[in-house]
Amino acid sequence: MALILNEEQTLLKDSAKDLMTAAAPVTQFRALRDAKDELGYSKHLWTQMVDMGWAGICIPEEFGGLDFGFHGLGIVLEETGRTLAASPLVASILVGASAITLGGNETQKKQLLPKLAEGTLLMALALDETAHFSPHRIETRAELSAGGYKINGAKAFVLDGHIADTLIVATRTSGGTHDRQGITLFLVDQAAAGVEVTRTQMVDSRNAAKITFTNVTVEASAILGELDHGADILDPVLDRAALGMAAEMLGTSLEVFERTLAYLKERTQFETKIGAFQSLQHRAVDMYCNLELSKSILIDALSALDEGRDADLPTLASAAKAQLCETLHQISSEGIQMHGGIGMTDEYEIGFFLKRARVAEKTFGDAGYHYDRLATLNGY
Amino acid sequence: MPDVDQFRADTRAWLEGNCPASMRSPMTAEEVVWGGRNATFSNPDSKLWLDRMAAKGWTAPMWPTQYGGGGLSMAENAVLESELSRIKARPALNSFGLWMLGPVLLEFANEAQKLEHLPKIVRGEIRWCQGYSEPGAGSDLAGLQTKAVRDGDEYVINGQKVWTSYADRCDWIFCLVRTDTTVKHNGISFILFDMQSPGVTVKPIQLISGESPFCETFFDDVRVPARNQVGELNKGWTIAKRLLQHERTNIGDFGTAQSPQTPMHEQAKKYLGEDASGRLDDSAMRREIAKYQVRQKAYGLTYARVGQELKAGLGDGAASSILKAVGAELNKHRSEMMIDMMGTQGIGWQGDGFNDWEIMQTRGWLRSKANSIEGGTTEINKNVVAKNVLGLPTK
Repeated sequence: MALILNEEQTLLKDSAKDLMTAAAPVTQFRALRDAKDELGYSKHLWTQMVDMGWAGICIPEEFGGLDFGFHGLGIVLEETGRTLAASPLVASILVGASAITLGGNETQKKQLLPKLAEGTLLMALALDETAHFSPHRIETRAELSAGGYKINGAKAFVLDGHIADTLIVATRTSGGTHDRQGITLFLVDQAAAGVEVTRTQMVDSRNAAKITFTNVTVEASAILGELDHGADILDPVLDRAALGMAAEMLGTSLEVFERTLAYLKERTQFETKIGAFQSLQHRAVDMYCNLELSKSILIDALSALDEGRDADLPTLASAAKAQLCETLHQISSEGIQMHGGIGMTDEYEIGFFLKRARVAEKTFGDAGYHYDRLATLNGY
Repeated sequence: MPDVDQFRADTRAWLEGNCPASMRSPMTAEEVVWGGRNATFSNPDSKLWLDRMAAKGWTAPMWPTQYGGGGLSMAENAVLESELSRIKARPALNSFGLWMLGPVLLEFANEAQKLEHLPKIVRGEIRWCQGYSEPGAGSDLAGLQTKAVRDGDEYVINGQKVWTSYADRCDWIFCLVRTDTTVKHNGISFILFDMQSPGVTVKPIQLISGESPFCETFFDDVRVPARNQVGELNKGWTIAKRLLQHERTNIGDFGTAQSPQTPMHEQAKKYLGEDASGRLDDSAMRREIAKYQVRQKAYGLTYARVGQELKAGLGDGAASSILKAVGAELNKHRSEMMIDMMGTQGIGWQGDGFNDWEIMQTRGWLRSKANSIEGGTTEINKNVVAKNVLGLPTK
């Protein structure tokens, strides 16, 4: 159980930090927001990230990837969290490439993974149907029709939904609304007839969309995995997704903490640095404690897959996501409070982190969801 | 690592033959072996187990063999720990000598002092207590007033200590004394003496838990050989602080060391029941338990991570500074949750209506309140982390 980075991972972390600092500072994110950029991410940055090999970091070598390991992707995500860098890395790689690698047949893998690795194919997972993450709660129907299937339903909070070329759509092919059994995943061309995409403006200015499916026809070969057994792919993909988000959230937490700490050392009131006040010092230590706990639980979970501890993934991923939700929630809130009035201004960057924090918390399950899941997994 | 594999095989075989079967189950507080001149063994196997482990030096596995220790490397020690935990072996000996005094003697004491005291600690022959806090020196420990005045080859000690753990059952004391009254931190010395010396009086303090693990200790013209001073005159504060680091790690460890044998959620089901789908029939407590378990897991992993970082020579081990405070908070929280889920069965004091386990939880809950006070309060701990780790200004 490695709880420290090896040499290769340390090098990756350094190069990720360097690229994010140089090519994706928070000012870039602000510019995208203010320009109401249609893509919602910088194509130039994505090209640079792809050139570094990050799009293929978890993809097997035979399909054009680096096969560096899941921990590597977590390391990159952590650094993107520090500068709030928006990119297709979460929707297309963390989620999309994981789904194809885990659930795709040979044809699908050969067709999709190389394009994902070279950054030319963008994907999105169309899963949520309500305002609360509940991955087996699926009402979108896929019904047999002329040798293929016809999909009808509505999805919400589809990350990168409006820029994706190919959607992974979770549908119900049998069973009741909340049943694990009876879910089927389909690969659907975003441009197909009957697919209507509406971009939604979230508080963090990142990409999300509502998508409706009206009599969208797909062939049986578009099924990812097996009919009615989509949850067998969905669950491990969502574990990876939650864990990847937790990694990004650690980066965001660390950045907010460091900025806040610097402010405590610099801001003077009553002829003294405010960081000398005990009430602020103790709260800063509380944040530090949460950060150290978060680092430990995250690094253990990230290394689990690369160490073949796949069976532990559900509990590890839920524990890591829950802990990071708590930590980022606390630190992003304290970040504003400790900056005082200036923290409330749009001109100052600290508010961006609070906004991103709340969206990240809700992405792939918030603390409440994951505590509930852990209790269930542990038999209570 | 073939050597380590061989060591594991040898260790496993030795434990198989030498760890009595009755020493392979969880122990109650009464069964803990503390050693000392008046040591009590509730089970003769406890004595046998201690003697066998001490003969190998495995009560202090990493101390050098010339002082009675096991002389094991870090890797060998890890193997020994995992083999002991594999057979659920009880600790052969619990002692402040092993946890706190020994490590600082190894670092600061002269050869004669090491040879005199360390082997007796390893064998559990002498039980040590800690003479630190005074009525006027708690969080501000360096304000201590117990005085040691040089008289020929001896010191004459006068003053009072408080919160001296198990002073009524201990043989020797490691004690902070003032040897210079004109300065604060630089006027303290670290000295060892026999609790049977004339002039030592001990008075147990009854606590809210009903127990009396601590005492008030009075010194009235106690004469101590000057050679019992450890380190230099007036430089005792450095040793005192180092010893506190060992103590804090140990108290922080309560978060894991005293985890209940049965997982908390199983106890909760006993008292709160299940709903139709087998869930704990109290959704607020269910979430609270899950949250606690996540934090507990993160805490255990932080311990392990700090260990790996130190071993690899990475970082400064700064995360270890928070272990005591977080461990204390976790143990207090766990105790509050336990009595909460037990309802009125969790707030009984004694007598009919409550079983032993329930009374133990209640007493343990009261005892746990001290976790964030003893060995430096959490508030003092946070002050230190804010200044030394986070680099926050003092003014």
